[in-house]
Amino acid sequence: MATAPDRAQRYDRGIRVWGAHGQEALEAARVCLLNAGPTGTEALKNMVLGGIHSFTIVDGAKVEPADLGNNFLLTADGVSAPRAQCATECLKELNESVAGSYVEETPRSLMNSNPDFFKQFTLVIATQLGEADAVTIDNICRQHGVRLLLLRSYGLLGYVRPSVPEQCVVESKPDSKVDDLRLGNPWPELAAYAASVELAGMEDVAHSHVPYAALLIKAAKQWAESHGGGMPGTYTERSAFKDLLRGWQRHIDGFPLEEENLTEAVSNAHKVWAPPTVGSDLRAVLQDAAAASITRQSPNFWVLVAALNRFIAQEGQGQLPLEGSIPDMHASTQAYLDLQRIYHAKAEADAAAVEAHARALLEAAGRDPASLPASEVRHFCKHARYLRIVRCRSLEEETEPDSCRGEALRGALAAEDTAANAALYLLLRAADRFHATYQRYPGTFDSELEEDAALLKSQANAILSECGAAGGGGGSSAPAGVSDDLVGEMCRCAAGELHVVAAVVGAIAAQEAIKLLTGQFVPVGGALIYNAMQCTTSVFAF
Amino acid sequence: MELEGRWRDLDRLLERQGNLVGPGFEPGPEIREFLQNDARVLVVGAGGLGCELLKDLALSGFGNIDVIDMDTIDVSNLNRQFLFRMGDVGKSKAEVAAARVMERVAGVTVTPHHCMIQEKTLDFYEEFHVIVLGLDSLEARRYMNSVACSFLAYDEDGQPDLATIKPMVDGGTEGFKGHARVLIPGVTPCFECTLWLFPPQTKFPLCTLAETPRSPAHCIEYSKIILWPKERPDDTFDPDVEEHMKWVFDKATARAAEFGIQGVTYQLTQGVVKNIIPAIASTNAIVAAQCTLEALKMVTMCSTGLNNYMMYVGTDGVYTLTTPYERDEKCPICSAGVGFEVAPSSTLQQLINGLVADPDLGKHLSAPSVSYGSTNLYMRGALESQTRHNLEKPIGELVDGDGSIIHVNDKKLVAAMKVRLKLSGSNGSMES
Repeated sequence: MATAPDRAQRYDRGIRVWGAHGQEALEAARVCLLNAGPTGTEALKNMVLGGIHSFTIVDGAKVEPADLGNNFLLTADGVSAPRAQCATECLKELNESVAGSYVEETPRSLMNSNPDFFKQFTLVIATQLGEADAVTIDNICRQHGVRLLLLRSYGLLGYVRPSVPEQCVVESKPDSKVDDLRLGNPWPELAAYAASVELAGMEDVAHSHVPYAALLIKAAKQWAESHGGGMPGTYTERSAFKDLLRGWQRHIDGFPLEEENLTEAVSNAHKVWAPPTVGSDLRAVLQDAAAASITRQSPNFWVLVAALNRFIAQEGQGQLPLEGSIPDMHASTQAYLDLQRIYHAKAEADAAAVEAHARALLEAAGRDPASLPASEVRHFCKHARYLRIVRCRSLEEETEPDSCRGEALRGALAAEDTAANAALYLLLRAADRFHATYQRYPGTFDSELEEDAALLKSQANAILSECGAAGGGGGSSAPAGVSDDLVGEMCRCAAGELHVVAAVVGAIAAQEAIKLLTGQFVPVGGALIYNAMQCTTSVFAF
Repeated sequence: MELEGRWRDLDRLLERQGNLVGPGFEPGPEIREFLQNDARVLVVGAGGLGCELLKDLALSGFGNIDVIDMDTIDVSNLNRQFLFRMGDVGKSKAEVAAARVMERVAGVTVTPHHCMIQEKTLDFYEEFHVIVLGLDSLEARRYMNSVACSFLAYDEDGQPDLATIKPMVDGGTEGFKGHARVLIPGVTPCFECTLWLFPPQTKFPLCTLAETPRSPAHCIEYSKIILWPKERPDDTFDPDVEEHMKWVFDKATARAAEFGIQGVTYQLTQGVVKNIIPAIASTNAIVAAQCTLEALKMVTMCSTGLNNYMMYVGTDGVYTLTTPYERDEKCPICSAGVGFEVAPSSTLQQLINGLVADPDLGKHLSAPSVSYGSTNLYMRGALESQTRHNLEKPIGELVDGDGSIIHVNDKKLVAAMKVRLKLSGSNGSMES
């Protein structure tokens, strides 16, 4: 077993991405893999390296020569041994802290004989299942509250489909964050601080070390006083506002002093008139029905969203709780730390107000108000601007004629940037139907390539007309938007599992698994198609 | 003995005709035979990307793989560099990786080179059909780029000579994001053409560090950049020596306490000092597999190739962008010759001064040598005294006329930069 300092070192590069709390979530994860082909073992490999708690492989096959041509996590001396066993041994070698076990049985047989088997897991990764089996495992997982990832590698096509009824994301970790500084509408303590900074009486050195936030608050106040309380709105006004700041420049013997804080103030002046707003993703979370009525069963996330709504309507006067951190700005250490303290205190006060609302909501719903840790409320408030919610439809809803989104599929087939990948989505489903009908995938035999292509197109047309998306094509000619070239490529590879495609699919799945397990970043909300020919991806929420 | 059916899935791709394939694709068993027996691929770097690349290439039919890396294995590699175990810590990455891949994939030969990329000659690099880069620094990428571009020759019409093209595939990752790109010198942009893709590193002003620290990073940088040389002038700071790192951390902690700054941790100290880029197994695997697929396409033409850059962002759902970036026609590294205007009466010394002062060319030069065809016009080092007399001669006397291409070499460059002289005042035809 790795010792504690070894653990910190070993997982250091991952912890820098998802933090110690993310690592803890991974280390609690019990993962079940269905089918130990390269798609599955590659997905699991990446997770075992990251330090999950344990894995269990379900696979009924024996190791064959073809496995040694595409799967690194099997050994040559394992030929004709159970594939589940051989892969388990190879995967355990990668990380001695991870426990591994296997069941030598086909996923289908286990799903039928013992659906409760899957209750014990945090996540199921189901690979290379046809549509019918995929629907079965999805229903089982949803029933038991187990997260699911469905993966396929099919020639030069990859497919990753998370299936979770609801993923509430507090730490979505957006690429770019906006600074919430409240420069145009400072709260009393911040306004008092800015007022206490007397520029006129300052030595030059002190003057050049006033943080730009204080300069902008002062300038905004001065502007408002001379413009009937308004903020600079037009281009001319904004230029005048910047000139106002430039007018504060100190000079020696007629030469301007270099004052970096003033330069920063000018380049950050937009923060006065364009403060961060509530984005559409957050608005959707705030207006979600789950936040409208809090019951005993409501998850903490929705209790906190409801509390957030109350805060915005009451104490916040339309604003979110303050995030509390400030960007670096040219300033003396003392001035910067003073400013940091003022922002931090306000964030604490706002979080306390949200916490009070949350406790009141819990009490009203008949739950113990103390059951919500204060640390969770603070964490939530710190990330409140970037809350996200992802809901995946069940695979049954996606594929059943009466609930599938035929119009969306037709739209994607017609749009230039998604046509090829929507066609691949459709052809993968058509190939599964082909298999259900003929017990083989199209293109299995060299002699039947052309015939199979025609049959595959018929299956694709049948799917389209079932979900009301038929239009053009029909019979054995390619449906509108589906090129014969792509049909040909589907048959050419005959459901082959190429190692590189499996490695991409398994690795995308591992990223998605980390998101689902840690609650950080935003998972894919539909079917992801990876097109290895064009090197493109598309996500379809059909 | 090859097991019957081992390459079944790959063979379908290589033995069946497809509709979406590269130019001149002729399916057949010869392609896999070529991959296994004749094709030579070099993997540069045996780290997070390198381990994946070796596995991916071996399982894509490549039978002869070389790998070069000067590094040894560290505990913090084990979260993603799956060919290494706890017991391998301290050993050569290239050697352990090569042995593990050969142990697992029968029939593949992986030859390790435990050395710096600069230690190998151009002859070594010329052997390979394709070079795949799994690097984490811009400097190393630029070096390999200049190596690959040094082989490139242009014909009289200014078209790249196909036989001299040394294709490369490059990958890079950071956290949940990554990129894969193909570099075909003379056809796609080289690294120098698109240097803007690499953002400059943030550097703190020294006066902030010394006088007005505001963040834990300021305290850490102060401790490393200012305190270390002052208090330990006889030791060279080595971030891989734990005692050194601990010293920087302790001093940074003390400075933070003095100024009332919160948040200096050992982890942050390591991150700031070593400029650690967070790296995880999954992103490396995505990028390396995409790179391998492109290497396979380049060598076999079995499918349409990436044109020419793919960005992967896995933070908010999955977003990818595949873009054909364009060459910089004035690139001093991969173009047929950068135009440079000079009066025929200018001396060679004046020309050299002009090159060093040029905003585009000068950044590659410090003390250039100049040659024209097989003639050394001015050389540094041993030939300096023999060529010095040329410095005072007018250019018009040293080259054949307008459009002449001189080669400019410099210790900052691995291969000569080609400069096409525009002799102002003359009216010879110029290629645009």
